[in-house]
Amino acid sequence: MLEADNLECVRGERRLFAGLGFKLEAGELLYLQGRNGAGKTSLLRMLIGLLPPETGEIRWRGEPIRALGDEFRAELCYLGHLNAIKEELTPLENLLAAARLAATDLSEDAALDALEQVGLAGREDLACKYLSQGQKRRVALARLVVDRRALWILDEPFVALDVAAVDWLAGIISAHLQRGGLAVMTTHQPVDIPAGTVRQLRLGA
Amino acid sequence: MHNIVFAVIARDLRLALRRPADIASAVFFFVIVVSLFPLGIGPEVDLLRKLAPGVLWVAALLATMLSLPRLFADDHRDGTLEQLALAPHPLGLVVTGKVIAHWLISGLPLALIAPVLGIQFDLTADALLVLTGAILLGTPALSGIGAIGAALTLGLRGGGVLLSLLVLPLYIPVLIFGAGAVDATVSGLGGEGHLSLLAAMTIAAIGFAPWASAAALKIALE
Amino acid sequence: MTDRFNLYHYASPATFYPLAGRLIPWFAALAAIFGLIGLYIGMLVAPTDFQQGEGYRIIFIHVPASWMSMFIYLVMAFWAAIGLAFNTRLSGMMARALAPTGALMAFLSLWTGALWGKPMWGTWWVWDARLTSELILLFLYIGYMALVAAIDDPRRGDKAGGLLLLVGVVNVPIIYFSVKWWNTLHQGSSVNLAKSSMAEVMLWAMLLVALSFWMYSIAVAFARVRTLILERERNADWVKAELAGDRP
Repeated sequence: MLEADNLECVRGERRLFAGLGFKLEAGELLYLQGRNGAGKTSLLRMLIGLLPPETGEIRWRGEPIRALGDEFRAELCYLGHLNAIKEELTPLENLLAAARLAATDLSEDAALDALEQVGLAGREDLACKYLSQGQKRRVALARLVVDRRALWILDEPFVALDVAAVDWLAGIISAHLQRGGLAVMTTHQPVDIPAGTVRQLRLGA
Repeated sequence: MHNIVFAVIARDLRLALRRPADIASAVFFFVIVVSLFPLGIGPEVDLLRKLAPGVLWVAALLATMLSLPRLFADDHRDGTLEQLALAPHPLGLVVTGKVIAHWLISGLPLALIAPVLGIQFDLTADALLVLTGAILLGTPALSGIGAIGAALTLGLRGGGVLLSLLVLPLYIPVLIFGAGAVDATVSGLGGEGHLSLLAAMTIAAIGFAPWASAAALKIALE
Repeated sequence: MTDRFNLYHYASPATFYPLAGRLIPWFAALAAIFGLIGLYIGMLVAPTDFQQGEGYRIIFIHVPASWMSMFIYLVMAFWAAIGLAFNTRLSGMMARALAPTGALMAFLSLWTGALWGKPMWGTWWVWDARLTSELILLFLYIGYMALVAAIDDPRRGDKAGGLLLLVGVVNVPIIYFSVKWWNTLHQGSSVNLAKSSMAEVMLWAMLLVALSFWMYSIAVAFARVRTLILERERNADWVKAELAGDRP
């Protein structure tokens, strides 16, 4: 479903990688590994279509993502290392606004349920600026609980989470793979994802 | 398709209303700048009446500039801009929503307060009416053109100053026709011609500027 | 070899660098020759104006400089469009290299306009439509240069600058006509330099000086592009060889 072919990435004057390719099918997870500065985040930004590759092509369901445009983005969920939540809005408003902007359906009940799952019950109506860093991250992760889009691209999703939360998130990702979803993610700490086929890609080796 | 425009407007307005002080500061900036001119040039009514259109319009340009750097910067800093760029709609529509929201929280309040300031400059009722109409018609173009500058300078050092350097020269036609409309009314020529040109510029800016801004945002997000 | 192939061949910095180096002396020589002839005709051959005396001769600098300042902006916008459409590296560098020369021409036009205005009207500056537009054009040049200078990543700078140029080139006619309208409404003074009664010999002098400025701009822009290429490609093998003196 997701294919990358002969990708080359040049940032500034440095060539981060070249001739990179992979194939990922439904229910598969791609682990991106590599030291800092190897181009993990750059590769993710290429996969979501924000960074055009110097050479090469990325295809989704056999079509180049540049040609698909909106159709590709409708199936894409991206979680960066920034939380993409608004400090002035409450967790509930953040979830609903994000869903509305991404043109996905989300009822208020489902959103409340997701917030409860990430342990924010009772804080739905508190502006996010009053939450701790860890709680803000949970608001961002709550998006994944309700997300049913096929391709998840996750940049360091486990950073700053405690052990219980890491297990919980691994479960969420497993459920996504079991539904036939795809995921690409970077991470420093090795996390065991119970379901799905796990592939590895090491950058700058 | 147009849901996205309304969704962005609703979100940006909600955010702005959570920080009403920011809207108020821009309006007070406008009031203070306009009030400084009589202190600088003296209280002669005839002179003030002649200067009023230009003074009010220059102050309106500067007040609009004040809120522009944050048009995309806040969303850029917290990662929301990436999510907006990844939404399954053309980015130009998202920017259209942001431009309209920006006008509602910056241009519209200026138009509402401008007649009060016009009275201080002894403008006639006709002139006040045309002044309000001109600011209503012209400020959307300022928000639109400003969005291009805000997108081009996104994330740069000294972005605010650079933004004014890029955008103020492009504001000149709006300034000329906006102030011209009031001038023409004061001198009895009628400002309709100016107002229709102003409206044409706003339509062109609202239609064209969001797509140029979207292209600039994509460059900035690479 | 087809034309298309040639175009892409010369658009590569590695090929363009030595080519520009060979061409610079020719353009510089042409600039000097055209300039000398043009100024000779303008200063010595053209008749003294019966109204304005000898002072009017500054138009042989002023008018060509104004022409060039507008022309260079159009050329920059042209390169910007090519660069954004085909993602060619050289285009952005061409636009960057032309900007200081364009700004210089705009400044020269304003300066000579002021020098001309003083003896004619007794004032250094009049809010004439053309002078005002020229001033705004200078602002546009400065804005472009400030923007590309503020962006650290050269490719992003090229693209953002290119977009600004395209926005600017759409706006330039709007700005020009609005300033013109503003000027007629306020019945300001008009600097009508190029009178219809202008003698043919004067037109020739202006055209020759304009050609000289044109050749000068090309020579200077090529020299700037060469330094930009060296700066950007300093890690490429051919640049290292070039700097080591392998090639003459």
